[in-house]
Amino acid sequence: MIGIGPEIKICHLYPDLMNLYGDRGNVIALKRRAEWYGLRPVVDEVSLEAKPDFRLYDVIFIGGGQDREQQLICLDFQKVKGSSLAEAVEDGVVLLAICGGYQLLGRYYQTGDGEQLPGIGVVDVWTVAGKKRLIGNVVIETDVIEGPGPRTVVGFENHSGKTYLGGGLRPFGRVINGYGNNGEDGGEGVLYRNTLGTYLHGSLLPKNPDVTDFLLRRALVRRHGVAELRPLDDTVERRAHEAAIRRARSKAH
Amino acid sequence: MGGAPPGGEPPSMGLRKLLAIWIAKLAVRVSRVFGRGGSTFPGTLARRVAPGILLTLGVQLPRGVILVTGTNGKTTTARMIAAVLGAAGLRVVHNRSGANLITGVTAAFIAGTDWRGRLRADIGLVECDEATVPRAVGELPVRVMLVTNFFRDQLDRFGELAHTVELVRSGAARLGPDAGLLLNADDPLVAGIGRSVSLPATYYGLEDGRHGVREMAQSREAKHCLGCGEPYEYSRYFYAHLGHYRCPKCGQERPQVDVAATRVDFVDARGLELAVRSPRGAFTVRAALPGLYNAYNVLAATAAGLAAAVEPEAIAAGLAQVTSSFGRMEPISISGRRILIALVKNPAGFNEVVRTILGDPDPIRLVIAINDNDADGKDISWLWDVDFERLAAAGDGIDFIVTSGTRAEDMAVRLKYGGVETNKITVEDDLTAGLARALRETASGQTLYILPTYTAMLEVRRVVAHLGHARPFWQA
Repeated sequence: MIGIGPEIKICHLYPDLMNLYGDRGNVIALKRRAEWYGLRPVVDEVSLEAKPDFRLYDVIFIGGGQDREQQLICLDFQKVKGSSLAEAVEDGVVLLAICGGYQLLGRYYQTGDGEQLPGIGVVDVWTVAGKKRLIGNVVIETDVIEGPGPRTVVGFENHSGKTYLGGGLRPFGRVINGYGNNGEDGGEGVLYRNTLGTYLHGSLLPKNPDVTDFLLRRALVRRHGVAELRPLDDTVERRAHEAAIRRARSKAH
Repeated sequence: MGGAPPGGEPPSMGLRKLLAIWIAKLAVRVSRVFGRGGSTFPGTLARRVAPGILLTLGVQLPRGVILVTGTNGKTTTARMIAAVLGAAGLRVVHNRSGANLITGVTAAFIAGTDWRGRLRADIGLVECDEATVPRAVGELPVRVMLVTNFFRDQLDRFGELAHTVELVRSGAARLGPDAGLLLNADDPLVAGIGRSVSLPATYYGLEDGRHGVREMAQSREAKHCLGCGEPYEYSRYFYAHLGHYRCPKCGQERPQVDVAATRVDFVDARGLELAVRSPRGAFTVRAALPGLYNAYNVLAATAAGLAAAVEPEAIAAGLAQVTSSFGRMEPISISGRRILIALVKNPAGFNEVVRTILGDPDPIRLVIAINDNDADGKDISWLWDVDFERLAAAGDGIDFIVTSGTRAEDMAVRLKYGGVETNKITVEDDLTAGLARALRETASGQTLYILPTYTAMLEVRRVVAHLGHARPFWQA
């Protein structure tokens, strides 16, 4: 299907390095739903050393990676991309960062030895290595997404880093099942301007169409001032969403 | 410490150990009465009664143990090795059901003993879960350790891939001085183990350039040199990240191959023929298995046979008898329908299965059963790394797809976003109902593919066995 609506420029950051947990499912979901809404999605894959002007993108996505890959990216952020990405975030670009990508946006990641690996620091969060891996199905409730009442968001988390939010920042949602940012304060993720950081993969967006649409809407409003999306038939997605909630609540998980 | 020494005199079996064996043997009988395979529980029981039981049994093997590990191809490769060893006249004790944790291995070894606790075998063959490798090496006299490949698989259980590789490497480092490694040269992660362990290593790999491609977009696990971090340069990819690679910076590269497939031919889409070059000379082997990924398994089994001093003629004779193993594309017939069942557990394997299905000229009729129990991996996000877009491109070549299992709905979403028309997708959580529905819609003479995850496979087998059309898996 070829849309006749406006182009929507999607940047998939480090698809070759940060793709640990089906992360590309999020880009597939953004692209498909944009098409179904009659938009014209264009996906750029951007990896090490490239230095684009991130403000020109509508939606940027970064997933999670293994330690070694995350270290390569840490360097790339410091030397090449960090300042341009930070400017774009302040400019209101829509950015979805999951797991390792979420951690890298923050001030630092403190390893088990107490060493602090710097992030780009555009969002006032920091992460401390934990002893226990926080793994399992997650359900959160969020009132960030426009519409009547709070919405549930479902996903799977697998992280040992515990992330804490600076004053004035609000989490993306409140944990109903699972651990969230740190397993301590009941918060999950963060929303800063149009940047959404979260530990939820699964993939996140395909079975949370409300979150996908929230990101697309914010992107359209930033670029065009308005966002009118006609409703889609989301029966399949909603069933998966409900099934994930049931699975998270079953005692086996 | 090294592994346990092989070939000792049959030790006097303590009463406690004998008791453990009897209890386990009884447990097997009881669980079979109830229609279960009993492939791990008796092992758990025996280990509780006599924790040293496996060690005691293992030392009775005059020719030690061949251990097979890696992400994909363990079961198929181990079964081929069993056939090869059998053709050489060796008696083999083997955890054939694919129960590859220490309890499953223990259960298989106990099943191989007589009531006096004597192991009736010359050689042990152990398919081993990666995380179990260090423990298995500690308890068994491993002489040959074969590592097939490393792919991302069950990350919720293993953590990162690097951690899995380290588990296997640490197991290799504990091997006794008389042991050797048998490694896939085409997987940089596997070959790296050979560099880091001071034991003799034999490498195997494909050298038929006709099957390689220059580009590989998906499922690449080993992108950066283990030595210096620079991206590898590949002159060809055979299957996912398996291929001929070299680091442009530090020069680390695919090792010299000892056992090579210089030619791989596909025989009527069902079988493989490999021309092998080895220190024992050149010879040809054939096996009735499809796909390039099975060429790796055939070659690995050939190399293992050579490592166990089996003659090339016996290796070829053994491989010629091989049929698909538990859930690895085994064809069965139900009232004239051709049913193919293939276990799916990670993106690389699933992509190969999709490739095989697309190569089948029949319209696509498919049951995909995704469970997220512990043994399957609780995190099903890997489904998004499978190229269902290629399946969707078959368009009207798709007759129907039934999604089933505890994550039937997630699978349906994956297909929808992959581009499969939603009117071709039926969600049926209950696997029995899903299978019944698919069988109804498949006419006699038509083909149905069933693709389950591990625990869904057990369910599929139970349903199909109930219909009387498949052997129970512990006999397969």
